[in-house]
Amino acid sequence: MGLLNKLDDPYEGGGIVLGKVEELLNWGRSKSDWYLHFGLACCAIEFMAMNASHFDFMRFGTIPRTSPRQADFIMITGTVTFKMADRIKILYEQMAEPKYVISVGSCSNSGGPYWEHGYHVLKGIDQIIPVDVYIPGCPPRPEAFEEGMILLQKKISRQAIFNKRKRLGTE
Amino acid sequence: MSEKKKIDIEYSQLDSERMRINVGPQHPSTHGVLRLEVEVDGEIVTDVVPHLGYLHRSFEKHCEYMTYPQIIPYIDRMDYISAMNNEWPYVMALEKMLDVKVPEKVEYLRVIVAELNRIANHQIAVATFGLDAGAFTPFLFYFRDREYIIWILEKLSGARLLYNYFRVGGVAGDVYPTFKEECHDVIAKVRKTNAEVMNLLIHNNIFIKRTAGVGILTPDVAINYGCSGPVLRGSGMAHDLRRDEPYSIYDRFDFDIPVGKGEVGVVGDCWNRNMVRMHEMEQSCRIIEQALEQMPMEGDVTAAIPKRIKLPKGEIYSRAENPKGELGFYIVSNGTDKPERLKARGPSFVNLSVIPEISKGYMFADLILILGSIDIVLGEVDR
Repeated sequence: MGLLNKLDDPYEGGGIVLGKVEELLNWGRSKSDWYLHFGLACCAIEFMAMNASHFDFMRFGTIPRTSPRQADFIMITGTVTFKMADRIKILYEQMAEPKYVISVGSCSNSGGPYWEHGYHVLKGIDQIIPVDVYIPGCPPRPEAFEEGMILLQKKISRQAIFNKRKRLGTE
Repeated sequence: MSEKKKIDIEYSQLDSERMRINVGPQHPSTHGVLRLEVEVDGEIVTDVVPHLGYLHRSFEKHCEYMTYPQIIPYIDRMDYISAMNNEWPYVMALEKMLDVKVPEKVEYLRVIVAELNRIANHQIAVATFGLDAGAFTPFLFYFRDREYIIWILEKLSGARLLYNYFRVGGVAGDVYPTFKEECHDVIAKVRKTNAEVMNLLIHNNIFIKRTAGVGILTPDVAINYGCSGPVLRGSGMAHDLRRDEPYSIYDRFDFDIPVGKGEVGVVGDCWNRNMVRMHEMEQSCRIIEQALEQMPMEGDVTAAIPKRIKLPKGEIYSRAENPKGELGFYIVSNGTDKPERLKARGPSFVNLSVIPEISKGYMFADLILILGSIDIVLGEVDR
C-alpha cells in the first residue's frame, strides 16, 4: 500500500522513494503485529482452524505470543464471564502501547446468545476495555477473521505517530 | 590440613519448601480457561486443585427460560468440538417422552454425522495432545483433514462448528446428491493421515518417552470417579454405550470397542488413552461405511417433526456415548413447552475430577500431558 508502489515510478533513476517517515513506520507496524491470543470458548476452536492449514493466519505477519508484554494486539475469542473479566483487564493493562483489541464473536461483542439470561456473562468486552475491531458471528467463519485482520491493518496504517498531542490539541 | 567431613544426605528425608503455582486461566496448554493450582516440591507435583467457573455460561438457567427446540443451540455450545453428538441424547429424550417415531433415513443420517463429528473431535484431541508434547506437524495434518469433515457438515447444516442440526423426530437438512462420495473421500483421507501420524507421532521415540507410563489411571479408580469414554477405555475397561446400551440403530453395525492394551507403557497411561482415540477414529470410519451402504436415499427427513412440542408431565434421563464419554440429560417436565429443570451430566467435568488423583508424583511437565490426554472442553466442564 503506497510505499512499495512508489518504487515502480522511480525518482531519478530508481531506488528512491519520497514519502513520510510516518508512512514507513505505519507500513511496518501494520504488517507485523504480534498478538496475545486469548482463547476462551467456541471461537477459539475456529481460531485454531484459522491458524492451521487451509487458512494460515500467519501470512498477515502475525505471530502468537503468550505474554502480554510482547503483544501488539489482543484477540478476545469467546464468552467473557465476570470471573474472567478481571483477568482480561489485567492482561490488557500489561500490554505495551500502542495496543489494539480485536473482539471475536457475538459473545465478546455483546454477550451473544447469553445476552438475556446469562447472569454470569459480561455483555460485551467493550464495557471494560476499548475495542478496535469487532468480528461478528457465532462463531465467525475464518473469512471473517481475515477481514477483521485487514481492518485492523488499515486502522494501524492510518494512525498518526508524531506530534500526536499537538494535533489533538491536548498539549 | 583439616579433615574433610563426609555428610550423608538422605534426600527423601529432606523437607524442602513447597511452592504453589497457578497454571492458567490464561495458559496456552490448559485447553481452555481452566486454572490449576499446583503444589510442587522442586519439580514434582504434590497436589493439584482445579478451579472452575471461568466459562460458566448459565446453561441450566437458560433452559428454564427457553422452549424445548430453543435449547438445542445452547447444547451445541456446551461441548463445542462435538456439537452433533451433544444434541443427540437431548433429542432422544424428547422423542421418548413424545413417543415420536424417527424415520429410517434420519437415523442413518444421525449416525453418519455423529461419527464424522467424533472423528473431528478425536483429531483435535490427538492434534493438541501432540502440540502439548511439542509436535506441531500432526496438528497441521489433522486440521487439514478436519476441514473436509467440516465442509460436509456445513453443507448439511449450514454451520461450520455449532450446527443446530438435530430436530425432534428429524434433522434440519436433507442430504445433497454427492453426499455419499464425499463421505467415502473423507474416510480415505482420515485413514491415510492416521497411518502417517502413527509413524510420525504415536510411535515416535520422543513421544513414547514423554507419555508412556505417565499419569496411570487404574480401572478401579476410573470407575470410582465415574470416568467414561476414552479415559475409561484407556484403562482397559471396554465400556461403550453404543454397544452396551444400543440407542438409535447402533445394534445394526459391526464395530469393535478399542481399549488400552499396553503395547507401549502401562495400561491406563497417557499413551494408551491417546491410542484409544486413534483406534476409535478407525472404528468410526467402519460405522460410517456400513451406514452409507445401508442408508435409504429417498424419504423426507423433516416429515416426522412435530409442529408443537409440549412434553407430558414427568421426568426422563437419556444418555449417549459422546467422543469424550457419557453425556446425559435429565429433564423434568411440568407439562408446559418449557422444562422445569434440565440437568446435564457432562463427561468432561467427571473426567477432569480424576486429575488430582493421577498427577501426583509426576513432573510438572507431565501434568500438561496428563491434562491433554484427558481431553476436556471447558464449555462442558463449567457449562
